[in-house]
Amino acid sequence: MVRSALSRTTVYILLSLGAVLMLLPFVWMISTSLKAPNEVMAMPPVWVPTEWKFENFTEAMKVAPFDRYFINSVIVTLVSTIGELLTTILAAYAFSRLNFYGRDIVFAILLGTMMVPSEVLLIPNFVTLSNLGWVDTYSALIVPWTASVFAIFLLRQYFLGIPKELSFAAKVDGCSEFKFLWYVMAPLAKPALITVALLKVINSWNAFLWPIIVTNSQELRTLPVGLSAFTTEAGIKYELLMAASSMVIFPMLILFFIMQKYIVAGVARTGLKG
Amino acid sequence: MDVRIENVTMEFQNTVAVNSLSTTIRNGEMVSLLGPSGCGKSTTLMLLAGLYKPTCGNIYFGEKNVTNIDAEKREIGMVFQNYALYPHLSVLKNIMFPLRMQKVPKREAKDRAMEMARLVQIGHLVDRKPGQLSGGQQQRVAIARALVKKPNLLLLDEPLSNLDARLRLEMREEIRRIQQEVGITAIFVTHDQEEALSISDRVMLMKDGVLQQDSIPQEMYRKPINSFAAAFIGNPPINFLLARKTEQAGNYELVNSSQIIKLPGYLNQQKIQIGLRPENLFLTDKDNALLTGEVIHLETIGRDTLIRVQIEDVTIRALIDPSIPINVGDQCHLGIEQDHVHYFDTENGSNLERGNSYDGQANMEQYA
Ligand SMILES: Nc1ncnc2c1ncn2[C@@H]1O[C@H](COP(=O)(O)OP(=O)(O)OP(=O)(O)O)[C@@H](O)[C@H]1O
Ligand SMILES: [Mg+2]
Repeated sequence: MVRSALSRTTVYILLSLGAVLMLLPFVWMISTSLKAPNEVMAMPPVWVPTEWKFENFTEAMKVAPFDRYFINSVIVTLVSTIGELLTTILAAYAFSRLNFYGRDIVFAILLGTMMVPSEVLLIPNFVTLSNLGWVDTYSALIVPWTASVFAIFLLRQYFLGIPKELSFAAKVDGCSEFKFLWYVMAPLAKPALITVALLKVINSWNAFLWPIIVTNSQELRTLPVGLSAFTTEAGIKYELLMAASSMVIFPMLILFFIMQKYIVAGVARTGLKG
Repeated sequence: MDVRIENVTMEFQNTVAVNSLSTTIRNGEMVSLLGPSGCGKSTTLMLLAGLYKPTCGNIYFGEKNVTNIDAEKREIGMVFQNYALYPHLSVLKNIMFPLRMQKVPKREAKDRAMEMARLVQIGHLVDRKPGQLSGGQQQRVAIARALVKKPNLLLLDEPLSNLDARLRLEMREEIRRIQQEVGITAIFVTHDQEEALSISDRVMLMKDGVLQQDSIPQEMYRKPINSFAAAFIGNPPINFLLARKTEQAGNYELVNSSQIIKLPGYLNQQKIQIGLRPENLFLTDKDNALLTGEVIHLETIGRDTLIRVQIEDVTIRALIDPSIPINVGDQCHLGIEQDHVHYFDTENGSNLERGNSYDGQANMEQYA
């Protein structure tokens, strides 16, 4: 009893320490976003601003067309998430339920591509897009991200766990292959689909490298790219940058709070990160 | 709609689950598929449903060859051995599902599903998910789902295996009633011989993928085609004795015993197997006895008394009239009507009785 109480305490202390470490940058970001410029770089660090400058937020909004960026981010995130869900459901079904020649080899090759670091793919992908004439278009921002091997893998495992008799029952009840997928398999795989969607939304919302490579024009910028507007020749206006960053991160934080059950489950289920 | 199966064989990688099966199931008939575990009953249903495609052979619904038609186009209802309910849908939605797939308007589908749910006595459970039901309740949902679309052919894979004795009887009568009322052709898989014999118009007995006997229930009991059928049907099970021909014509001597029994003269095998049903044996006096031995066990089952009689080193079971006083340790004489004795070939187990043709075709004609 004593031992387990002791070890519990230790675990809680360690977890709390971890939580504080993780939270620190967020606290710093929010604190900075409310500071006057002279306190930003002050030594020793100022944790609580002497004067809370909420106007930093309105100020930040004026630096660049953030409303446009916001709309772009929403469009890119939504469309690529929906696209990925569709391709994932179809591919996972094919790899788990349909018997076609070479299925397992194709799947093994797909899995193999997960070992290629995404940075390596930046250049070839860019070349492909420019050959298609898609550079600086929404397609460039969205299309390459509408399929994910990881998501297919995750959903395939889920589908494999659904008993075969259900597809028999559905067929007898008059379902075609596609209706079965739509009315039975997909609803049954809802937890896995939510996980896939969440990971996608987060990745897509935060994407920085790819948008900056394939777009040049203001009108196509997404929020993370837009944040670079605060970097000027005169230096970086940290308080405004942090105010804008807080706003960019805010929707994701809300999403995390609402959906944390699924995010944790999704990561735990596969033992992999998204 | 008649269902005709022609020489259907189903091979899996290394097993022949169904071996050139042929039969015809008439419109409105209820047929039981009976046999030990692994004999190919479920596989036969899957073939009829179109969920498996036969390795060879043909299946006809009426005049139409449906061998290559997919399950979703065959318009059948099926209850699966493990129910296969949709876990994410409520009971009501489960029952409505086939109707919704047929594009029946929602209101009508709901009414019909409710009606069906009440019929199988789960009207109060329609808002639950299958996971919140007992095995027997799930089974009834599965039955309701299979029946709701009024299919031409109803396939039931052990639909009553999870119900208690009373409910089982009720559901059995209910299925029979619905089946006759709607005039559906139905095939009913069961392990339970009593169920098979009582519910169906005809029984098909299978073993290792091969159809053994295909006949009306009484026939299966009275004239088993081989020793397997004789052993499978009947409770308590039939007694088998080995007998050897003696010098004296028409007499056979029990192997393992010095008792001589008289058997019809037409048998000319040196060795035969004799089948005696416990319920056909009766207590008699010494002169009319077929067998004599010592009672070694006695128990009352239902209305009858079951005794075990030791005859040298074979044991015989007999169901006797409980009003006759008898005790363990008594000598007893057992008799049987001559035409209740079954004779089987010791090699292939086939019934040796003459003047009876047991091949499926003859049976079918007799029955028709
Ligand atoms: N999908 C399959 N792949 C390989 N072998 C199979 C398959 N399905 C059934 N079998 C084999 O075919 C034979 C018949 O199986 P089936 O399920 O039809 O038996 P059953 O009569 O329904 O038995 P039970 O009463 O136990 O349900 C068995 O030997 C089984 O192992
Ligand atoms: Mg079975």
